[in-house]
Amino acid sequence: MIVAEQKSLEEIGRMIDAYGRVLILGCGTCVTVCGAGGEREVSLLHSALRVAEARGGNGAHAFSEYTLKRQCDPEFLDALQDRVEDVDAILSLGCGIGVQAVAERFPNLRVLPGVNTSFMGMAKEWGIWDERCAACGDCRLDETGGICPITRCTKGILNGPCAGPKNGKCEANKDMDCGWILIYQRLGNLQLLENMRRYYPPRDFRAPKRIVGKAEVYAGGDNEQLSI
Amino acid sequence: MSSSLFEEKLNSGEFLVTTEIGPPKGADISEMVHDIGLLKDMVDAINVTDHQSSGNAVPLDRGCLLIKEHGGEPVLQVTCRDRNRLAIQAELLLAYSRGICNVLCLTGDSIDVGDHKEAKPVFDLDSVQLLKMARIMESGTDMGGNELKGAPKFCLGTTVHPEADFIEPQLIKFDKKVAAGAQFFQTQGIFDLASLRRFMQYASQFDVKILAGIIVMASARMAKYMNANVPGIIVPQPTIDELATAEKGKGLEKGIEMAARLIKTIKEEKLCHGVHIMAVGNERIVPDILEAAELTRVRA
Repeated sequence: MIVAEQKSLEEIGRMIDAYGRVLILGCGTCVTVCGAGGEREVSLLHSALRVAEARGGNGAHAFSEYTLKRQCDPEFLDALQDRVEDVDAILSLGCGIGVQAVAERFPNLRVLPGVNTSFMGMAKEWGIWDERCAACGDCRLDETGGICPITRCTKGILNGPCAGPKNGKCEANKDMDCGWILIYQRLGNLQLLENMRRYYPPRDFRAPKRIVGKAEVYAGGDNEQLSI
Repeated sequence: MSSSLFEEKLNSGEFLVTTEIGPPKGADISEMVHDIGLLKDMVDAINVTDHQSSGNAVPLDRGCLLIKEHGGEPVLQVTCRDRNRLAIQAELLLAYSRGICNVLCLTGDSIDVGDHKEAKPVFDLDSVQLLKMARIMESGTDMGGNELKGAPKFCLGTTVHPEADFIEPQLIKFDKKVAAGAQFFQTQGIFDLASLRRFMQYASQFDVKILAGIIVMASARMAKYMNANVPGIIVPQPTIDELATAEKGKGLEKGIEMAARLIKTIKEEKLCHGVHIMAVGNERIVPDILEAAELTRVRA
């Protein structure tokens, strides 16, 4: 899932300052799970902005709130049509994709990001999220025992650990396990250490295909005839 | 065609001594020139560090050229942290065209431990891929498969960490570095000879030269600082305890004595093929260490 963090009230205040009627728009998927932009956060932010307005503002803002099932999918954006007619700006608490999808749908409206999209990850423990995938477009998790060297190693290197780790922790962050030591231990347990002895050439950084056709996904690859 | 004097020495069977100089942060290179003059005839080669500890400094090829101009033998330390494969290939070609043939291939410290923490980490390659790339260039093409007008010829080195707390993954990487074309290794800091002996038992099956890294400590405080902050450096407690016995203001003298003792033992026991002295900002004491280790001789 996509993990995001809500921007500070101060930054949000600055962003919306020029707009009188602001719709605070939540998203019911990833940002709901990570507690950055779901229905609950929309409601809390709405209250916080009202309080801030009452304390220091000039009463120039009127807020409304709504949470879509999913901001990144055009079919769910239809539900917004009636709600945006009398607003000057949308403060989206969706991830960067949600913000862009809404902006694309309503080209004459200002759509502002209320969260910083951080990474793709998973819950490590309650309230703590950890990056797991960089969407590099060339998955090699089969070779590394299911542990990603691109995200779990701060240098994203492919041929084993650097000389930096101490006590199994990364030189860049003492709270972070060295991804390559984790890979070594996992491959050892699986009796697959041979994988680690293999040479891995430099990555191909050409951008992964931006649009993947359905037919191509089903065909499982680059079948020219099937791709759409 | 350029050739490496250092490579000849590596193959001579002599006990080798190398050291390193960090280019200055700033435009004044007078201290570096002074240090080059002091060291060039006492050691077999001088490494020029590549933005050591991820800190900004004068470019390393400039540093190597200075050594060359002053009659010394430079080793170009190249890390993958700040440049992608295009920039590194360009740097290697520039170096070779100016007679700099010795290259130490490193992944590089993390940006997070340096003084420009906001900078973008590159790591387009890692140290193994960098070694391989240099060897591909020797065959006459670049990484894109394009023909080079004049192929370079390098003497390639890299590093290994015999005192790492997880040693097996380091040894796996050592094997890969040998296979990728490494001829010599300058190890991370050695403090405990038992681990160097164990490592050499393993490494001696390969046709590569090992120079033991010797870090000169100036105090017990410095050792503790390095343990807490410098990637990969693990100073064992007995070393810290011995440093702590130094009288006030005599820490560096103690450090020199300890470094010299290590070097002497390594040489006497023929544990490996030489030493690489890292004086960490105290380059001027390298002659004192060599004298205390009874290794003074003109090496030009």
